[in-house]
Amino acid sequence: MLRVITNSLREVSFYGAVALFVVLTAFPFYWMLITSLKSNPDLYNVTNIPFWFNEAPTLEHYRYLFEQTLFTRWLLNSLIVGLCVVAITLAAALPAGYSLARMTGRSGEALGIGIFLTYLVPPTLLFLPLSRIVATLGLQNSMWSLVVVYPTFTIPFCTWLLMGFFKAMPVEIEEAAIVDGCSLFGAFVRMVIPLSLPAILTAIIFTFTLTLQEFVYALTFISSSAQKPITLGVATDLVRGDIFFWGEIMAGALIASIPVAIAYNLFLDRFISGITGGAVK
Amino acid sequence: MVDIAEPVATRQPSRFRFILDRREVLGGLFVAPAILYVLLLVGAPFLLAVYYSISAYTIYDPSWRFVGLSNFRQIIQNPVFLGTLGNTFLFTFASQLLGLILGKFGALLLLRPFPGRKIVRAVIILPWAVPIALASVAWEWMFDSLYSVINWTMIALGIIDRSEAPNWLGNPHLAMLCVIVVNAWRFFPFAIVVFLAGITSVPQDVIDAATVDGAGFWRRNYQIILPMIMPIVAVGLIFGIVFTFTDLSIVYLLTNGGPINATSVLGFQGFQVGIVSGDVSHGAAISLFMLPVLFFVVIGMLRFIRRREI
Repeated sequence: MLRVITNSLREVSFYGAVALFVVLTAFPFYWMLITSLKSNPDLYNVTNIPFWFNEAPTLEHYRYLFEQTLFTRWLLNSLIVGLCVVAITLAAALPAGYSLARMTGRSGEALGIGIFLTYLVPPTLLFLPLSRIVATLGLQNSMWSLVVVYPTFTIPFCTWLLMGFFKAMPVEIEEAAIVDGCSLFGAFVRMVIPLSLPAILTAIIFTFTLTLQEFVYALTFISSSAQKPITLGVATDLVRGDIFFWGEIMAGALIASIPVAIAYNLFLDRFISGITGGAVK
Repeated sequence: MVDIAEPVATRQPSRFRFILDRREVLGGLFVAPAILYVLLLVGAPFLLAVYYSISAYTIYDPSWRFVGLSNFRQIIQNPVFLGTLGNTFLFTFASQLLGLILGKFGALLLLRPFPGRKIVRAVIILPWAVPIALASVAWEWMFDSLYSVINWTMIALGIIDRSEAPNWLGNPHLAMLCVIVVNAWRFFPFAIVVFLAGITSVPQDVIDAATVDGAGFWRRNYQIILPMIMPIVAVGLIFGIVFTFTDLSIVYLLTNGGPINATSVLGFQGFQVGIVSGDVSHGAAISLFMLPVLFFVVIGMLRFIRRREI
């Protein structure tokens, strides 16, 4: 009898702790959702219960966000910046990762670590000179400055990620291709790239999410509303003077969060083995 | 096979082709774009930042006049900067410690199979996945001086009275607590994932052997598993420290450094001085104070990588 009680007590405390963690992590997102669906009189009444609707839910904030603000423009900006950065990153990181894994031996190892360490150089150390460089290139206050600057952290990250993947790939595949008459370059294009599509997909997804998450460079380089990417636009542009448009801000934050959240959940394990350099197998 | 090989054999192999087939040449060509990009847009700006910090460069007077270490001297004598430096260390270590504790605890929970574990894991990863700028805005709304849901709950539960409801972001100590909590909230899912990856990589027979030898729960956890997963936890911690120590987005969005510089951190002050006020040289000098910490972190990282290879 006593054992049954202690057992059920243990179960209850276990699930209680799990529930606590879920509430801790999910509440801000629930709060975004409920705020974005509440009407303004409901939102700004301190006596109302904040956790649920006191008046009928409304899509008014979403309508305003899409029709009266630059939100769709920001979405488009983020998409363009993300795609361009993905293209630049793949063009540089794919051959670099392969070369460092297969062609350059011990010096490649050191070079790979060196490239990866640049991923740790923070934006807050580089934003001053980079903002001058961006101005010299005539890109100040333009989203194209982000296309130039974002690869500084996505290339190191993806090179490292792809390098780990290429190292784990059997050498025999390329050797067979070369024996069959492929050149070294041909083996890379015809055999290695098609076989590493899962890794390339991971690199694409993480490059894209890294560009969505970035805030510091965007804040530094871009001040005109129409050029902002979505993260910056939602966080800084939905304020008029002292008035925060909380319903619209939360709606925008929620919309921008969803794709990143899904991507992370699908590719999390690859991400972890990527940044820990394949220490975990 | 033959019809693939033949066209190659009949064509006169060009010298270009011959060079490309040499492993080290093609290897060099392959890695060159990445190295060049990093040298041009990380290496060069870094040197430029160092030069700014010892010059008198502002956006109004872009002169390259060399002034030696006087920028650093002026900064160190500024009490606001010393406060900022202290804030940065407090912000980093408090939030990393809180994040690690929450992470270890969460990993212990998620290690045990239970129905819905996959969904719980998906939810718990959210704070780390979602852009921190957007999550910060949600927290700002939760800490609102008038409509704070936290205050509402405490008033409803009878813990405090409406008249004594705290102004989270308006009080210097509470504001610091808020940015620390938000940063810990952002990083602990990462810590959970790192702990989980480490623990599941410990071979089961090691744990079984320890159990047979009479090791209990705590002993298994802290004398067997923890030392074995230390390297991977160290990498996670290094990431956490670097990205927290140099962060500015949480502080910028939640408190804007205030009230009265109480939550100002290095990255934020570098931004305020260098970008907002346009005093590039002093801003660069402030940012460069991050270097010693980054230096130690890089050494730690290199040591870890070397140990992994042995």
